[in-house]
Amino acid sequence: MTLEVVLVLAAALFSVGLYGALSQQVVVMVMMGLELMLNGVVLAAAGFWWFTAPDPSLQVLLVVVLAAMTVEMAMGFAVALLLHRTSGADMTDMAAELKQ
Amino acid sequence: MSLAFNELSSVVLETPLPDLSVLRGVAVTALGVVAVVTGALVFRVDSMARATYLLAASFVAVGAAVVALHLDYVGVVVVLMMLMEMAVMGVFMVMLMGMNPALMPMSMVHSGRRALAAAGTSFVVLTVGILLVDWPTRPDAPPSDPGATTYSLGDALMGDHMLVMMVVSPVMLATIVAGVVLAQAHGRYERLGDDLRGTSRQGGRR
Repeated sequence: MTLEVVLVLAAALFSVGLYGALSQQVVVMVMMGLELMLNGVVLAAAGFWWFTAPDPSLQVLLVVVLAAMTVEMAMGFAVALLLHRTSGADMTDMAAELKQ
Repeated sequence: MSLAFNELSSVVLETPLPDLSVLRGVAVTALGVVAVVTGALVFRVDSMARATYLLAASFVAVGAAVVALHLDYVGVVVVLMMLMEMAVMGVFMVMLMGMNPALMPMSMVHSGRRALAAAGTSFVVLTVGILLVDWPTRPDAPPSDPGATTYSLGDALMGDHMLVMMVVSPVMLATIVAGVVLAQAHGRYERLGDDLRGTSRQGGRR
């Protein structure tokens, strides 16, 4: 195993997540795509730590990524609930007021 | 008896241990492949319930890979946090979609080809970058004791990198408050109006 293998796998996870975030219509599925992208970042940071960094800074970066995942999920669910409550929208195409 | 034990122990001690780095490499690679495959299946299956389980499987695979790289604390946190998140996500699906998600096949995709092209392009660009860069190597051997790794993380968070904790903590608190405010059905602005005095009833969220 080399760093390149881990990073390529992380890039694949990131790209799959990007596809989901761009293509899905349901708000919850878009959030799943964003989570997968961050999943790739976690794997890449762990690989960087194992192969290149002797100090714990990259572990701290991982903690920050986990915090970002938590915030993204909590805010995403709250906004999804608000959208559903105000306009009955559960799809991204139904929440396009800013276009008009 | 004692002689036999000595012979046995000398045989055991002289037997070379299996190369753990190879096993670790195979495990991390296999878990990474599992994470990618289950992640891709999230957007291929017909029901949101299955998509949720597959996403949880992807996170568990990445968490296990992180543990295999001796980042025990972070890996376990990833697994626990994501399993709870997926459970919450399942509840949200039932709430928002108003159906039994396991029984309702769905395909709700827009601009699928453009999204596929963007994802493919990003993967190719990232892979080319990964293969072209001459990555540095760590000066010492990777750590052999996961406990020491966890200790060094705690030491860093309470020492040199305390600013990170000091920033993350209020962000988490703000997230809790903002989540409650956004998700509340009947907030005080709706009950009391924009001036919160009970005189104006305009501007409610409903």
